Amino acid sequence: MIYANPNTPGAVVNFKEKYDNFIGGEWVAPVKGQYFENKTPVTGQVFTKAARSTVEDIELALDAAHAAKDAWGKTSATERAAILNKIADRIEENLEMIAVAETWDNGKAVRETLNADIPLAVDHFRYFASAIRAQEGHTTQLDNDTVAYHFQEPLGVVGQIIPWNFPILMAAWKIAPALAAGNCIVMKPAEQTPVSLLVLIETIQDILPKGVLNIVNGFGIEVGKPLATNKRIAKIAFTGSTAVGRQIMQYATENIIPVTLELGGKSPNVFFEDVMAADDEYLNKAIEGFVMFALNSGEICTCPSRALIHESIYDQFIERALERVKAIKIGNPLDTEVMMGAQASEQQKQKILSYLQLGKEEGAECLIGGEENVLAGDLAGGNYIKPTVFKGHNKMRIFQEEIFGPVLGVTTFKDFDEAMEIANDTEYGLGAGVWSRSGDTAYRAGRAIQAGRVWTNTYHQYPAGAAFGGYKLSGIGRENHAMMLDHYQQTKCILVNYKEEAQGFF
Amino acid sequence: MVERVIATKEALKLIDLIKSRHGAIMFYQSGGCCEGSVPMCYVEGDFKLGDNDIYLGTIGDVPFYIHRAQYEYFKHTQLIIDAMVGRGASFSLDSVEEMHFITKSKVFTADEYDEVNKLF
Repeated sequence: MIYANPNTPGAVVNFKEKYDNFIGGEWVAPVKGQYFENKTPVTGQVFTKAARSTVEDIELALDAAHAAKDAWGKTSATERAAILNKIADRIEENLEMIAVAETWDNGKAVRETLNADIPLAVDHFRYFASAIRAQEGHTTQLDNDTVAYHFQEPLGVVGQIIPWNFPILMAAWKIAPALAAGNCIVMKPAEQTPVSLLVLIETIQDILPKGVLNIVNGFGIEVGKPLATNKRIAKIAFTGSTAVGRQIMQYATENIIPVTLELGGKSPNVFFEDVMAADDEYLNKAIEGFVMFALNSGEICTCPSRALIHESIYDQFIERALERVKAIKIGNPLDTEVMMGAQASEQQKQKILSYLQLGKEEGAECLIGGEENVLAGDLAGGNYIKPTVFKGHNKMRIFQEEIFGPVLGVTTFKDFDEAMEIANDTEYGLGAGVWSRSGDTAYRAGRAIQAGRVWTNTYHQYPAGAAFGGYKLSGIGRENHAMMLDHYQQTKCILVNYKEEAQGFF
Repeated sequence: MVERVIATKEALKLIDLIKSRHGAIMFYQSGGCCEGSVPMCYVEGDFKLGDNDIYLGTIGDVPFYIHRAQYEYFKHTQLIIDAMVGRGASFSLDSVEEMHFITKSKVFTADEYDEVNKLF
């Protein structure tokens, strides 16, 4: 089926003319009264406006968060978990509407928002509702009379800056653990996708205590910096580029607060020789694993953008794999049959095109795609790229830089050691894929690759409960797992001595 | 002498516009996700440089830097900073303009690359 465009007859979601900030449980116009236009990547048309906030709005949001923090920090884990579960239920009840809003704001295929982004966001709230209920402090008897009691306490008010590639899921990844741990939040969505999260917030605003979650839209330099440098935040979390990640760390030094960063990758997807030992379901799955570079139009930090294929199977494997790439259906992202939608912005499209040009300049062989995809009708103004596979070598820039589009670099290796050498020859270490019918080979490769997440005989699965985060330049911290609670909590040690007598020093 | 980074006329115009609004500025080539792989434009000093940053050259009197690790695999190419319609990357000064900077590239010839390698 094809969903009707928002704000047309039969649409499941209708956007307002403009969106204010969500502060203290209310919709609050930006202090300076400015808004910026928001385009849909599907057609390239402006469809709404979002608040172009300034430091004054960040201060209002921080006022609201600080007013709420003591009460929220003292709620029981039971109460917080109940609220997270209610949020999950409410998102689930509105799943279709939120999914279509997400597709319209970001451009990704609705098949993905319906089946991955939004259901995963729902589950994320449920996971952290459970995790906080199950969390226990530690008690240590240090000697007969001395006991250390360890308590987890909320940090207080935290700042969170999220990316545009999964506007709602990345918000859920940051909101759920922070709220579960008893913190209040001031969040800045990406200026490329400011609105879908607000559509979600409209459905849950009555559930949240006022001031616990505050959303301030605007540009990075106008609100991101005032948030990240503000002395009233106890932590800053960011997902995005290395340069901005480094800047966020520099800002955090001004107040000596912790940071968590997720900064991208150039993930290797390694196909060992035994992948082609039989023509069966497993091979079919491995070929799907190769084509995963096109998921979310390639705009995923863990995009398997380097395929490393054993030289002895290369010819047969690539033939089958390219057939599958050809079968990717591209078109209207609101069509549930469409597999790949639009790139999130015109700028993103231009950047990808510059890399397609660079790949050709560097002498890589373009096996498929390699150009813009100009669609017909309304979609002609949207941002579409043909799924592209280059054959080349790992020293090429297209094998080293995150293109953040449906662009794959393929190369071959002769043995296990060379595969690991190529896989690790990158500045990043976020994701990786390993494909082998041998448990031994897969395990050894998984341990040898310097990346936080190594999918083994699978790719692009993101169930809550599996830690996600980077080695090397890919960042600091682990999301998507109960250990994320640690990133949002202080440890308080109460050290008690039960002995009657003095220590004897004085 | 080989230039490792150059700017198009459009980029120079945008540099002038941003300088007129913000005063002294600088560029830093980014990597990684989302706004990665773009030339970030900052108010001078807003991005703290360190020993692992390399000065690549100047465009429109504005210094351009890159991380040493990134330079290692960039160095066979000349960076051509261009400007196109649309807002720039978040946290970059072009993010609030109607034009943005983009890094395009040209592979050096063998002779040019020899010269580049002599620079370090």
